[in-house]
Amino acid sequence: MHRFLITALAGAALMAASATQAAETPEAPAHDWSFTGLFGTYDRDALRRGFQVYKEVCSSCHAMKRVAYRNLGSIGFSGGEIAEIAAEYEVEDGPDEDGEMFFRPARPADRFVSPFENEAAARAANGGAYPLDLSLIVKAREGGADYIRALLVGYRDEPPEGFELNVGMYYNDYFPGHQIAMPAPMVEDQVEYEDGTPATIEQMAEDVTVFMTWAASPEMEARKNMGISVLIFLVVLTGMLYALKRQIWSDVH
Amino acid sequence: MTDTANSATAAPEGEADGENETRRDFLLIATATVGAIGAGLAAWPFIDSMNPAADVRALASTDVDLSAIEEGQAITVVWRGKPVFIRRRTIGEIEAARAVDLGDLPDPQSDEERVQKPEWLVTLGICTHLGCIPLGQRSADPRGDFDGWFCPCHGSHYDTSGRIRKGPAPRNLDIPTYTFVDDETIRIG
Amino acid sequence: MTTRTWNNPIIRWIDYRLPVFSFMDHHLVDYPTPKNLSYWWNFGSLAGITLVIMIATGVFLAMHYTPHVDYAFDSVERIMRDVNYGWLIRYLHMNGASMFFLVVYIHMFRALYYGSYKAPREILWIVGVLILFAMMATAFVGYVLPWGQMSFWAATVITNLFSAIPLVGESIVTWLWGGFSVDNPTLNRFFSLHYLLPFVIFGLVFVHLWALHVHRSNNPLGIDTKGPQDTIPFHPYYTIKDAFGLGAFMIFYLGFVFFAPDFFGEAINYEPANPLVTPPHIVPEWYFLPYYAILRSIDFDIWFVSAKLIGVIAMFASIAVLFFLPWLDRSPVRSARFRPIYKQFFWIFFLVCILLGVVGKHPPNDPVFGGVEWFQYIHLGKITTAYYFLHFLVIIPLIGWLERPRPLPESISTPVTRRGLAAEGTA
Repeated sequence: MHRFLITALAGAALMAASATQAAETPEAPAHDWSFTGLFGTYDRDALRRGFQVYKEVCSSCHAMKRVAYRNLGSIGFSGGEIAEIAAEYEVEDGPDEDGEMFFRPARPADRFVSPFENEAAARAANGGAYPLDLSLIVKAREGGADYIRALLVGYRDEPPEGFELNVGMYYNDYFPGHQIAMPAPMVEDQVEYEDGTPATIEQMAEDVTVFMTWAASPEMEARKNMGISVLIFLVVLTGMLYALKRQIWSDVH
Repeated sequence: MTDTANSATAAPEGEADGENETRRDFLLIATATVGAIGAGLAAWPFIDSMNPAADVRALASTDVDLSAIEEGQAITVVWRGKPVFIRRRTIGEIEAARAVDLGDLPDPQSDEERVQKPEWLVTLGICTHLGCIPLGQRSADPRGDFDGWFCPCHGSHYDTSGRIRKGPAPRNLDIPTYTFVDDETIRIG
Repeated sequence: MTTRTWNNPIIRWIDYRLPVFSFMDHHLVDYPTPKNLSYWWNFGSLAGITLVIMIATGVFLAMHYTPHVDYAFDSVERIMRDVNYGWLIRYLHMNGASMFFLVVYIHMFRALYYGSYKAPREILWIVGVLILFAMMATAFVGYVLPWGQMSFWAATVITNLFSAIPLVGESIVTWLWGGFSVDNPTLNRFFSLHYLLPFVIFGLVFVHLWALHVHRSNNPLGIDTKGPQDTIPFHPYYTIKDAFGLGAFMIFYLGFVFFAPDFFGEAINYEPANPLVTPPHIVPEWYFLPYYAILRSIDFDIWFVSAKLIGVIAMFASIAVLFFLPWLDRSPVRSARFRPIYKQFFWIFFLVCILLGVVGKHPPNDPVFGGVEWFQYIHLGKITTAYYFLHFLVIIPLIGWLERPRPLPESISTPVTRRGLAAEGTA
């Protein structure tokens, strides 16, 4: 009976696997990230470089409105640096004594200033396409960081033969359906890294993906740290409970 | 939990050998202690979640432009959701505040300790009795017996330095931390 | 109720006026429990504890959540980013929902295997099914609250089920929405209900326990306890066993919370609700997949009754049929250990439930096996749906009639003291 059950369950698992393979778009290749695994942490240098890529490349179209400038402190920026970065942007505030809204430089407490007022303005400036907010994009996509990185490096100048590309669309190996409205966002040496790392497309894609992963799960390091202690505690407690259970039950036949 | 657990060992099977009993008691107490510590620690995230969140803590400073305030006038600004009284005092008010014998005060504090520039008095606009907002900011308001503020809730009188002089309030009006960014701007917080 | 004299004068004073201590003594300490309960009997207390965890985390989340279409998603993200330990409380609640269903499903399959629904525990079982039903309602309205893409479309699709009702369906849907689409009034009432329903579940759990304590726990042998030699006091024996089970469960549960918090979730729900765009592939949470598969399996009209209506009826019937189970199963023997044929069919039924879940996860027209185009999930769904109802309506009554059960042991203590259970169970 049990053998039958196991065979059947294995069959069900196989079915699940075959269905994934049937999907049209190739699965994003698994990348070796520093933040995976039980003890994974974000690579601080990659985060810093990734923020630079986001700021100099992505942020001209893509907002990241759930992250505040003050949050940059947790990826290694100093208070002074954060204030400087924030002050590069303007936020609307008010009303003042005359009842007028006014613009002031952003402060560390402000969230990242969005490039467009609203969705309509964003669409108008991008030929009808809406550049998504990137705060949660890594969590909001199947495949997470692997998918985002693959997408960023997955552009082809020419679609494969026989593929009909619509006007204003670009061919990407990993985007579902292959037609994406976002042009290839990066060119070689688009940014100049402070730490001298060569800014290849691969490198920038990786760095900015690390940054976006942090933006989506800023709590990850705290979570894993706490998780390790909690689980060690629970294993000890459960072991003690088991010993006690054995002892208490020793006289039951 | 531990209470019920203790009566446990006294359960039916009873008087086996004493050594075994002791070992079981030890394990029981140790396990209950570890469990209780765990439960205690687990409560902390829940309690702490009710403390001010990171975004609330980050919004802790406000800049105020003082240039429009005439001598003898006062404005009220909001800082951390609370009113802050900023009064540009007249020479007479400053002198009145400084002439008081500290021995007469319920909460002795000199005016010099309470201001950074004699002209500008900055206090929290919250009565130290039970948290009402005292009157005295507008020229038509009653200002109490000492020409400062008067709290209508329970009749506390404050002087021109925001010190309690009469009534049930235990302390002088609190002074928030603030700095002069320049001559005409202060940053509260 | 046996009255016990209390030595402590304060306890005696209170107990004389409000017998809480006698009550606890009677139901948690001295409470006679069959001595042979296996670890499968841990899942009842685990379900109760999970309910308490869900209510506790939920109360704290509600302190920071804003039930308004413009702020709901943002307020949840604020909990995740700015509220102290907000991410922990939210992940506990999110994964707690999955754990609650997992534990309850195991609890139910245990009841099915050991015949715990049979006389005199029919009402106990029925109240249990009501709890499941209330849990499903709670989970559904709760899933809408973060106001992500899947929240919004789940709300739209599930409320639209009611439009299948003839004549008044459309009016009912409008009434549920409080508008002409899922919108702010819907979110507001769902939040209100999501706060209310757990306390309804709590009340039902109380009734469930009340009924349990009348005829007490069933046991792996499925025979009644014959006397004190068959039972042991609940405390310390089952308090410690439940505590150990809780420890093991917490390791499993918190493993997900800390290391794979989004394992059970759908990625697309991290995108804010967009009433103009439906995600390409909408699926419910895993614990609803079998029902969803049943709903989708009905794609044909019968006479003048639309496929849509039959699908909805089939889905609700898949739970409603459980209410009748105590009367569909005529076998006087409870435990599957002594029911060789039922035991086989129990495992087939278990497998069918898993398969229904797999079907619910996949688009209906995807092929089940890579290369075989003609056999799609919709087909597997139809077969498994048919079998699901066949199991309850035909197979179970027939087995009760045809099966020759193995001889039952005289009492719980007999097989335990003699040759041992193992021989009895695997023979």
